[in-house]
Amino acid sequence: MLDDLAHPILLLGTFTTCKKTGLQKQPSFKFTNFTSIIPPFFIFKMGIIFDIKRFAVHDGPGIRTTVFMKGCPLSCQWCHNPESISAAICTVPKTVRIGNKTFTENEIVGREMTVEEVMKELCREKIFMEETGGGVTFSGGEPLQQADFLQEMLNACKAERMHATVDTSGFSSWKTLEKIAENTDLFLYDLKLIDDALHKTYTGVSNKLMLENLEKLLEKGKKVRIRIPAIPGITFTEVNIQQTLNYLSKLKFKVEGVDLLPYHNTASHKYERFGLEYKLGELKTIKKTDLAETKQRFEKAGFEVKIGG
Amino acid sequence: MTPRIQQLREQSLNAVYRISAERGLLMTEFYKNHVDPDDSIPVQRAKSFEYILSNKSICINELELIVGERGPAPKATPTYPEITVHSLHDLEILHSREKVWFRVDDQTRSSFEKTIIPFWNGRSNRDRMMEAMTSEWHDAYNAGIFTEFMEQRAPGHTVAGYKIYRKGMLDIIQDVEESMNSLDLINDPLAHDKKEELKGMKIVANAMIFFANRHADKLEKLAKTETNIERKAELTEIARICRRVPAYAPATFHEVLQHYWFVHLGVVTELNPWDSFNPGRLDQHLNSYYLKEIAQGTLTKEQAVELLESFWVKFNNHPSPPKIGITALESSTYTDFCLINLGGVKPDGTDAVNEMTYILLDVIEEMRLLQPSSMVQLSKLNPDSFIDRAVKITKTGFGQPSIFNTDAIIQELLNQGKNIVDARNGGCSGCVETGAFGIESYILCGYFNLPKILELTLHNGFDPRTHKQIGLKTGEVSEFKSYHNLLAAFKAQVEHFVRIKITGSNVIENIFMEHMPTPFLSLIIDDCVARGMDYIQGGSRYNTNYIQGVGVGTMTDALTALKKHVFEDKSISLPAFVAALESNFENNDELLYKLLYKTPKYGNDDEVADEQLVDVFNIYYDAVKGHKSPRGAEYRINLLPTTCHVYFGSVMHASADGRKAGLPVSEGISPVQGSDRNGPTSVLKSAAKIDHLHTGGTLLNQKFSPNFFEDDTAIRKVSGLVRSYFRMNGHHIQFNVVNASTLRDAQKHPEKYRNLIVRVAGYSDYFNDLGLDLQNEIIERTEHDSF
Repeated sequence: MLDDLAHPILLLGTFTTCKKTGLQKQPSFKFTNFTSIIPPFFIFKMGIIFDIKRFAVHDGPGIRTTVFMKGCPLSCQWCHNPESISAAICTVPKTVRIGNKTFTENEIVGREMTVEEVMKELCREKIFMEETGGGVTFSGGEPLQQADFLQEMLNACKAERMHATVDTSGFSSWKTLEKIAENTDLFLYDLKLIDDALHKTYTGVSNKLMLENLEKLLEKGKKVRIRIPAIPGITFTEVNIQQTLNYLSKLKFKVEGVDLLPYHNTASHKYERFGLEYKLGELKTIKKTDLAETKQRFEKAGFEVKIGG
Repeated sequence: MTPRIQQLREQSLNAVYRISAERGLLMTEFYKNHVDPDDSIPVQRAKSFEYILSNKSICINELELIVGERGPAPKATPTYPEITVHSLHDLEILHSREKVWFRVDDQTRSSFEKTIIPFWNGRSNRDRMMEAMTSEWHDAYNAGIFTEFMEQRAPGHTVAGYKIYRKGMLDIIQDVEESMNSLDLINDPLAHDKKEELKGMKIVANAMIFFANRHADKLEKLAKTETNIERKAELTEIARICRRVPAYAPATFHEVLQHYWFVHLGVVTELNPWDSFNPGRLDQHLNSYYLKEIAQGTLTKEQAVELLESFWVKFNNHPSPPKIGITALESSTYTDFCLINLGGVKPDGTDAVNEMTYILLDVIEEMRLLQPSSMVQLSKLNPDSFIDRAVKITKTGFGQPSIFNTDAIIQELLNQGKNIVDARNGGCSGCVETGAFGIESYILCGYFNLPKILELTLHNGFDPRTHKQIGLKTGEVSEFKSYHNLLAAFKAQVEHFVRIKITGSNVIENIFMEHMPTPFLSLIIDDCVARGMDYIQGGSRYNTNYIQGVGVGTMTDALTALKKHVFEDKSISLPAFVAALESNFENNDELLYKLLYKTPKYGNDDEVADEQLVDVFNIYYDAVKGHKSPRGAEYRINLLPTTCHVYFGSVMHASADGRKAGLPVSEGISPVQGSDRNGPTSVLKSAAKIDHLHTGGTLLNQKFSPNFFEDDTAIRKVSGLVRSYFRMNGHHIQFNVVNASTLRDAQKHPEKYRNLIVRVAGYSDYFNDLGLDLQNEIIERTEHDSF
């Protein structure tokens, strides 16, 4: 079952024939039974990327380029990139006003790209990566959802001597994660809620697998920074903070550090634009100063802490 | 900051900008009643300088440690009627204009009316120059194709080198005498001219010593009546210093600062050169004086800082001389562009950052004054702690220091034929202009409006604003069959106007060479003394003339738009496009939408757009390079605007990049305001496609939101960003660390933001002192935030 989640493509046996017949450029595919639609060109080492952001400075060390990969098995209610949850390429109307006229066109969210195409974009920033000890960060969505493509990307980064970070919830089979870990220099690993029931409520899945995977990664000696989204009343509660602290303190192998990510109330308009329901309603934006005390608590427990990543 | 410095700083900030008639009156009096018509012009000029320094009032400000004012009081600004004589109408404009005003009182007005104007009218350099220019020059000038730096000010853009920190005037007089003695009177056809020039140099050197002694006299007098014992001792000590410097080479830290300041006053009293004067590589020049006295125990760090801060105030007391007309438009600021250089490399090529570098950075941060302007030279050899310290000051949001690439500067200078040691001793002055300090006369001749020339190209050489055929007839737009045709026509127009510009500049240079020798400046810049030749006549070791290109971003995007929509996609004909520009896109929102949102733009690391950037650069570079001036300078380009991008935009229709009529064009080599959407790394990648090493300076502005610079990690990233740009041979970068929302609020409530300083282009200014169009332009610049 877990393999199925991480490799949904394996369920789609029929598409291997596509490979043989070379139909990868077929314009449209009809899938009906999957919420996460994985088009068949996947197996030709193409990824679905919804953004490549240059000058990313909060996704790991130095100046980085972040590759946002589309598709996520979780559905966190506070998700800042709601357009990334579905793996399907979609369009959203975009409106611009010039003078008295309004121009609307459909913006395509998601783009199929080969490893080479993505590498070409990444290499543009190489000088900044080298100069600042930066690199590339794979984020999403959930990059492990496109594990084969991700692995190819990581191999290519290794060949280019680019520092590679994977920003993940860790929701995949260990087998998949283990393979990805080989060429990953740093994991940014989400730890949202320790209470599994709450985790299920707010993200749609259990945290059991994620916690197991985290421990295994650490055991393997991988570098991991924990990222805690501070969502008021949900993750940023006394109980969850204490539970998280207890959990991390008890781990046999230490994490590199902890990033506290303050919640911004800016995503709601994005939901509106994409025609999605924003379940959280009006939550208070968290200021950096609100996290100062929490930061101190983690620091006291021996963790290196950054606010905002 | 000590209470003394606080008081001096306040005095300087609160002093009222005003016109002083003192220099004008003394100059008039000299040429009316004291000039010897049998004297050569250099000697006449030298004697006029002597007359001014012997008769001008001596100003000693309360509590100051460094003395000497160009006018009778701080910010009392002289005029230079031999260069430009201001009419009563000009004075009224200066007095009452909303921005960059100078108050003119009744007595001053009357001095101008009765004495200065009647004598100089028709005899000023500006009068000579305007009369000498051809009609094609006037037409192009009036159309806003270029400006002329020498219209109201003298050539300058030069910087003190090592010499002035090591030699006193008496040493230099000895050099002058040696040069005189070695004249070959029986073989050198110029020997007589050289002798006259050297005579003049000797007069001004002695005049400067006399001027310093007049300060000593006054200081001793003040000391006598001073009741505060500490101040009495200070006045006595400053008097002692004024008896020593600049006659003798300075021996102490206090002496070296006072010594430089007298030299500075000499240069800005002799004439009103662009960019006043500049102490150059100040940390290099001061460090040995500082270390020596620290070791001897005769100076503490705190005393050194107080002396430096007192020195800083002197610069702030001296606004740029009053500018009117187009000169005021192209450089609308009180700042006089004295740009202090820190860091870089030593003559032997090793890291030059020293203890004084960090002390001066502290002074810059603490003083937070517009003047002097400051910059750091960053070489790959300099430590990260140096650049990080500089970026931390930038973070405080007043645009200083700006950051320059030493390794690029050295290559630019080598590329111009300078030797490696001269190149390592160089740096940048003004906004971003490269020069070999102490040995080069590198003169800026004026701005050049590249987008306007495209506009003329699209009108077959006809200027739609002044309704005159001022360009070549390069073809009706309907005749352009390919983008290549269009580009070739543009190239021909650029060459045409460069020819008009340089022809004019050469005539003007001749006028200066004949009428306005500068014997004092010639004492300072080598090898004028050894050659017996004036600075203005080519006596410097190196001579360069720059023409500053403006609007590269607008040009690039306009060409890309024409190439794509007219010649590739063929979605609009060229005549229809030009008609849309003429109508300012009226009823043509579709086209405007396409231009703004569906056209590749410079600044996004997009080859499709940046290809045109390289074309524009090469066309301009090829048109200017290699031409020669009468004093033997070679013409070269640099890319910077001061405030001229606002003026140049105001003389234009809408442009093909989607810019509406009258709005500013892009500034420096920065992308069109708001068109860079991929963050700063992409801007730097695009900007690096310019061949910076073939210029004498380029100016790149970047605006960051203050929250970007939140901690040391972020500072490191900004420093890394700078290092990356410099690895790609970028010449200069500067940061505005301010939110657009803050600026908008400041427009609404100027009274709340009296101290808000922003980076304009190559200098900082009070936001309130900027014209509305320039304020808007800065707000429109893309703001990089943290993602």
